[in-house]
Amino acid sequence: MNAVTANKLPNDSRQQPGKPPVARKRNSLSKGLLPRWAAPGIAVGSLILGAAASTLGGFSVASFAIYAAVIFVVASAIITTLVEGPRRGRNALATHLVYAAFLLALIPLASVLFTVLQKGLPGINTHFLFHSMNGITGAADNASVEDGTPVLGGAYHAVLGTLLITLWSTLISVPVGMLTAIYLVEYGKNGPLARGITFFVDVMTGIPSIVAGLFATALFAVIMGPTARMGIVAAVALSVLMIPTVVRSTEEMLKIVPNELREAAYALGVRKWRTIAKVVIPTAISGIASGVTLAIARVIGETAPILVTAGLANNINVNVFGNWMATLPTFIYYQILTPTSPTNVDPSIQRAWAAALLLIAMVMVLNLGARLIAGLFAPKKGR
Amino acid sequence: MSKRIDVKDLNVYYTNFLAVEDVSIEIEAKSVTAFIGPSGCGKSTFLRTLNRMHEVIPGGRVEGEVLLDGDNLYESGVDPVTVRSQIGMVFQRPNPFPTMSIKDNVLAGVKLNNKKISRSDADALVEKSLRGANLWNEVKDRLDKPGSGLSGGQQQRLCIARTIAVKPQVILMDEPCSALDPISTLAIEDLINELKNEFTVVIVTHNMQQAARVSDKTAFFNIAGTGKPGKLIEYADTTTIFSNPGVKATEDYVSGRFG
Amino acid sequence: MTTNALRRSGSKGQAGDKIFSGAALGAGILILVTLLAVAVFLLIQALPTFTADPTLVSGGEGFFSYIYPIVIGTVIAAAIALLIATPVGIAVALFISHYAPRRLAAGLGYVIDLLAAIPSVIYGAWGYLVLAPALVPSFQWLAENLGFIPLFEGPASQTGKTILTAGIVLAVMVLPIITSLSREIFLQTPKLHEEAALALGATRWEMITMSVLPFARPGIISAVMLGLGRALGETMAVALVLSTGSLIPSLIKSGNQTIAAEIALNFPEAFGLRLSELIAAGLVLFVITLVVNLIARAIIARHKEFSGAN
Repeated sequence: MNAVTANKLPNDSRQQPGKPPVARKRNSLSKGLLPRWAAPGIAVGSLILGAAASTLGGFSVASFAIYAAVIFVVASAIITTLVEGPRRGRNALATHLVYAAFLLALIPLASVLFTVLQKGLPGINTHFLFHSMNGITGAADNASVEDGTPVLGGAYHAVLGTLLITLWSTLISVPVGMLTAIYLVEYGKNGPLARGITFFVDVMTGIPSIVAGLFATALFAVIMGPTARMGIVAAVALSVLMIPTVVRSTEEMLKIVPNELREAAYALGVRKWRTIAKVVIPTAISGIASGVTLAIARVIGETAPILVTAGLANNINVNVFGNWMATLPTFIYYQILTPTSPTNVDPSIQRAWAAALLLIAMVMVLNLGARLIAGLFAPKKGR
Repeated sequence: MSKRIDVKDLNVYYTNFLAVEDVSIEIEAKSVTAFIGPSGCGKSTFLRTLNRMHEVIPGGRVEGEVLLDGDNLYESGVDPVTVRSQIGMVFQRPNPFPTMSIKDNVLAGVKLNNKKISRSDADALVEKSLRGANLWNEVKDRLDKPGSGLSGGQQQRLCIARTIAVKPQVILMDEPCSALDPISTLAIEDLINELKNEFTVVIVTHNMQQAARVSDKTAFFNIAGTGKPGKLIEYADTTTIFSNPGVKATEDYVSGRFG
Repeated sequence: MTTNALRRSGSKGQAGDKIFSGAALGAGILILVTLLAVAVFLLIQALPTFTADPTLVSGGEGFFSYIYPIVIGTVIAAAIALLIATPVGIAVALFISHYAPRRLAAGLGYVIDLLAAIPSVIYGAWGYLVLAPALVPSFQWLAENLGFIPLFEGPASQTGKTILTAGIVLAVMVLPIITSLSREIFLQTPKLHEEAALALGATRWEMITMSVLPFARPGIISAVMLGLGRALGETMAVALVLSTGSLIPSLIKSGNQTIAAEIALNFPEAFGLRLSELIAAGLVLFVITLVVNLIARAIIARHKEFSGAN
């Protein structure tokens, strides 16, 4: 390893010119290392150079940030290599790249949340929340842009549709998913059938959502004719996506219930199904509930399967067994892609963002809810 | 409220592996019988066959007869659930149900089977069972608190109370003190002495002094080597086993020369 | 012994056990039947496409000439997504597992999980209305300076709705998958290996390349494969962001199409042969993602055996 020798090189010759003389005697273990102010120093330098570079080609915050970051990563790697040796240089480069990657990953998250809040909030009002798009035509949108009348039409029908379709898919998925998980953990015991089911649940996890939608359409087309589009078809499609998630999370939770509890119940003369229903599931219920909540959060935002199964509606429809139905995701999609008024798209875009805000709020509430459930209903501890 | 157990020519298998070979033993009603022997000799496995708990492990099966006052546990048509409600079991590690209060833990055997029980009967049963397990005075003020909040020894006595509440004929104990400190162990041993007034008790223990202290009769199990089946070597009064054993292997074991 | 007392109360309550285990078994079998049904029903509905006169299929030259450009388009979009998301995703996972302060790590993991929680249609809307316009100057710069490479051949799209933009949106969507799976594997690296490396005087980066990455390699590969499965099947990001067209090499012009978006955009108005064409396309997508996922699972399964042996 060249590394060891590089570390032991005497460093006096490499003292940077212009560096203030150190009054205290320096610890011999920190010899040859950059002083603590080096990193902030390089950062300030990079910011100045980055600003200069970005003004050359028309200043923008984005280009400034990119130039400054690149200069900082490269400069600190070079300076560290020169002062502390190539091993530490590589280490510094890797460290800064890892930090940069994390910040880079936060940009879309921040941008999405900011955009949705900024553009969605103006569109949220009681009219939007409690009216459908029934009877809203391009003329109304044109009027609101040209004459400044308020934007009419809302997402009430889509909210109802989202809730109903999600409710039905939950009603289908939770019993099937939980019972399957119970079979896998309590009855199947790694037998050939259990292994087969586990394998196919894995396969199901990977089904693209639009294919799940096509399946539900194809299924109902065979049963009811080619134009069967209604809420329940969408619920079946979402169930195909939801069941594997429910199976997986329930299975995980059942597996961590200690076997001793099952044996304790058996030894009291309790039947297996009562043991499962009254001891095993109550012990695991918080984890199961939080897993189910996350599964709901996942499917509530699905768009593609709804597009091909529930069609599109502008009016309120609470019957999942008949007629087309709108959901928030398809509402957003159609408002953007086919604005109500092709000449004045702003009201449609505003409705789309307001609906997006509602949808994100629902998803976030479900995600936080899942965390709360996991915490609140965990088996009681302490005296 | 107690019955005797007679075992005739019992072989215990896991799938095709013979775990315990050819055990015949008579366990008296209202007595304490201890099973001792080195690790892996099959004493716990054998204990679990006495209430068909070994069937919980996939592939577990037996050949031979286990008679509870003459009724064969393994006759076809006998439901293991019925067997287990007559022959209770206490495990190595205390395992109260974490979702239930102390009171509900005691009533678990009744409530989980959905048997109807009036409030006053339930309260009486809880008190009687907890008194029977020497736990009443320690927990009577916090019956609605979770059982997992008790100390290890208290939890184990709660498990015993839970077992007595079902009113079994026999109580099996699988190393009930191995996870407990000496003082809790003493409390359990005292309790075992009282339990034998009402129940037939069978206890597996690693601790020979414990066997000597609590049991009337002792069975010594041994194993010839890994992969070989466990066997019952000697079964006699506890005093005989510890002072004047009939078999050399027993003497070596109880005098600490191996195991 | 004529009567066995234990038999008397025997059968009572056994029905509950039978019903319950039967229901559990039934649910498991229902899942198998469902998957079989997915395949069978898609095949039934797709069949007319394969038997029809090739001139009637969109494009007029049969199903294969119809499907292959959009298969290529799907692969291009997914490839762009993975090229971006793989290094960033692994780096973010490393940041959370080995760089971030311990107390923050769990919270940061949750923040990345939030990325996965945002519905795809919102990413689509964001890509359509925010990212695409923002990328237009970069595309113009690419066309001017790197236009000699076919991938960046100009003139650049004026709306920014290109396959590159769609790929970037897909990258944002698969990033949390790669990150959360890699992070789990990184955290499983035996502490002894890490400490051995550090005790030899390794820097943090050397410790990571010596002990963490070799240990995690199969896990990373399967995480990337699962991300690929997601990127191939993702619909909304592409349907909203991409201004579709025929297959072209340039990434910064309008054009190209993916299977999922093709279905989503055309399905609502489709009937007859067009409908079975789209379902056949869905079947192709199903098969592609299935193969990718199976490979990922196989890698995970083999890895499990290895770690079990250690």
